[in-house]
Amino acid sequence: MGTGDLALQYLLSGITKGSIYAVVAIGFNLIYSATGVLNLAQGEFIMLGGMVAVTLAHYVPLPVAVAGAVLVVTLVGCLLEWSLFRRLPNHSVLHLIIVTIGVSIVIQEASLHIWDEKVRSLPYFTGNEVSSIHLLGAAISPQVLWVLGTITVAVVALHGFLKYTLTGRAMRACSANPEAAMLAGINIRNMRTLSFGLSAGLGALAGCVISPITMTHYEMGAPLAIKGFAAAILGGLGNPMGAVAGGLLVGVLEAVSVSRMPAAYNDVAAFVVLLLVLFVRPHGIFGLPSGQAVREH
Amino acid sequence: MKPNAISLLFSLLGSSLLMVVPSATAANSGPIKIGALFSITGPASFLGAPEDKTARMFIEKLNASGGINGRKVQLVVKDTGGSPEKAVSFARQLIEEERVCAIIGPSTSGETMQIKGLCEENKTVLVSCAAAEVIVNPVAKYVFKSPQKDSQAVLWIFKTAKAKGITRLALLSSNDGFGAAGKKQLEDLAKEEGMEVVVSEVYDKQATDLTDILTKVKSRPGVQGVVNWSIVPAQSILAKNMRQIGLNVPLFQSHGFGNLRYVQQAGAAAEGIIFPAGRLLVVDELPENHPQKALLAAYKKEYESRYKEDASTFGGHAYDAILIITEALKKAASTEPEKVREALENLKGVVGTAGVFSFSPTDHTGLDMDAFEMLTVKDGKFTIYKP
Repeated sequence: MGTGDLALQYLLSGITKGSIYAVVAIGFNLIYSATGVLNLAQGEFIMLGGMVAVTLAHYVPLPVAVAGAVLVVTLVGCLLEWSLFRRLPNHSVLHLIIVTIGVSIVIQEASLHIWDEKVRSLPYFTGNEVSSIHLLGAAISPQVLWVLGTITVAVVALHGFLKYTLTGRAMRACSANPEAAMLAGINIRNMRTLSFGLSAGLGALAGCVISPITMTHYEMGAPLAIKGFAAAILGGLGNPMGAVAGGLLVGVLEAVSVSRMPAAYNDVAAFVVLLLVLFVRPHGIFGLPSGQAVREH
Repeated sequence: MKPNAISLLFSLLGSSLLMVVPSATAANSGPIKIGALFSITGPASFLGAPEDKTARMFIEKLNASGGINGRKVQLVVKDTGGSPEKAVSFARQLIEEERVCAIIGPSTSGETMQIKGLCEENKTVLVSCAAAEVIVNPVAKYVFKSPQKDSQAVLWIFKTAKAKGITRLALLSSNDGFGAAGKKQLEDLAKEEGMEVVVSEVYDKQATDLTDILTKVKSRPGVQGVVNWSIVPAQSILAKNMRQIGLNVPLFQSHGFGNLRYVQQAGAAAEGIIFPAGRLLVVDELPENHPQKALLAAYKKEYESRYKEDASTFGGHAYDAILIITEALKKAASTEPEKVREALENLKGVVGTAGVFSFSPTDHTGLDMDAFEMLTVKDGKFTIYKP
């Protein structure tokens, strides 16, 4: 392999990982924007998506199973907001964040009991375990294209939704200024439920497309949530497109670090860069300082 | 699913409830208590879950046939979730509160190394179900293990590789106890065996994608084969990623690959993987007069009809661990630690699932090179490797 091909291979590996982190980071952002809460159960949505889809795939064709999983997990997300966070209106954000940690543990344990401790996965969407596509000298699994394609479409659709539809704008209004939004006749509580649902559905979709690559088991959520969280912070909290950049950056950084150093240091490299960025820009690369953000609105 | 839930509940409840029960096991009547530490849940659950099931099955059968020297055996199982910290606290609990006469497990090497000293200090016989050589080398008086040594696995892999004309290897291992111990054995023995290690990398035990590390392997000229040493799901991911990025050299795995589940997860990418393992996985191919054939066939049949899942060598390690302890207890005709230990150390020719055990004061594994067979994957099934 030439140097150029090699660089491309690393880059693709980084982008694949990064796009998964990006989806988690977007999930963090959606809920953070609408409620101010950092939902640390974000990784569990991905796990649930994969688990439900694997189960459904025994009975229905794959596309239906994926759609079903997204629907089920979206409902779980809405239900969580409706049954927990809606009932705790007078609690501080910190309390709510701790509640999300509890929710994450409950979802994990529940999945352990509903399914079991075994690793499972969806079949490859195209080809099988050994298929590989040659792309300008690099070789990748067709599933990687599925991951990148699905996530790109999801991100673009989400961006369109937030920017151009009435509901999407209402959601953004809630995050910018809840009181003004309320005065304008927006039902803030429903918007919050919607943000949980969207975030959960997006996570579930990602959980399905990555399942053939990463495999799905009840404990997979937490490590993804940590990386996704780092990506969200790096990109700047409250900015979904920043989350995409943050996620890709963390993924590519990991791949670059593997190419230069022993692979054992790969997390160290990613987090050192994260810390350095935060020293220079405490609000992330694309985030605005909180004071300035308020002034702008 | 169900046994997990129950054992989880037990391990939670057990810690609070059983503390108030005064221990009466030091007496020479009543059931003999044997402790078990298995990672029934968590990342090493594919080790702990079959071990737990096997152990319960074994004890049930033993008690049905009258127990040991007329006394029933009670198994106290704790789920460590694969965490060394939990293993230490549960081991303390088993020794100090439950006053068990011996402990089997833990499932992983990392956990075992954490409690090795503890069992030695408290003079409690430990028969680990984990494979790393460091568990029994240097020998600790009270610590034994039932799986084959990892150095034997390494030697088998190198021997097979050499026969295929492969001398330049890439070594990959996971960052847990098993991976770290294997990496050391691989690197040390490579020198002695004249193998050249081109690149040696460690990956996270929860890794979900290994294309970047494999790209690095691919970029190093002259790699003729890859040896992977781990017990985590990454074993399947690695096999898939290798084929996907077009790294088409033979893949050798450790004896940690002996679970059909990994083959299923890796699908077509598992074909041709070569690894050393006990004979349980290929019992049908063994000649009728093989000393292990009858025992292996019986265990496999019993396990599979009872739990409706494929038997793995890992469950076999728990089978062997209990077998060894019960044999020692029978021979010692006592539950006194020193006597049990001495009886265990002098056991000879005990046929188990991993091989024929013959212990000595210097050998606390009791298995020789013959306990391994090189296997490969063909049409989604394990079969004996024929060069």
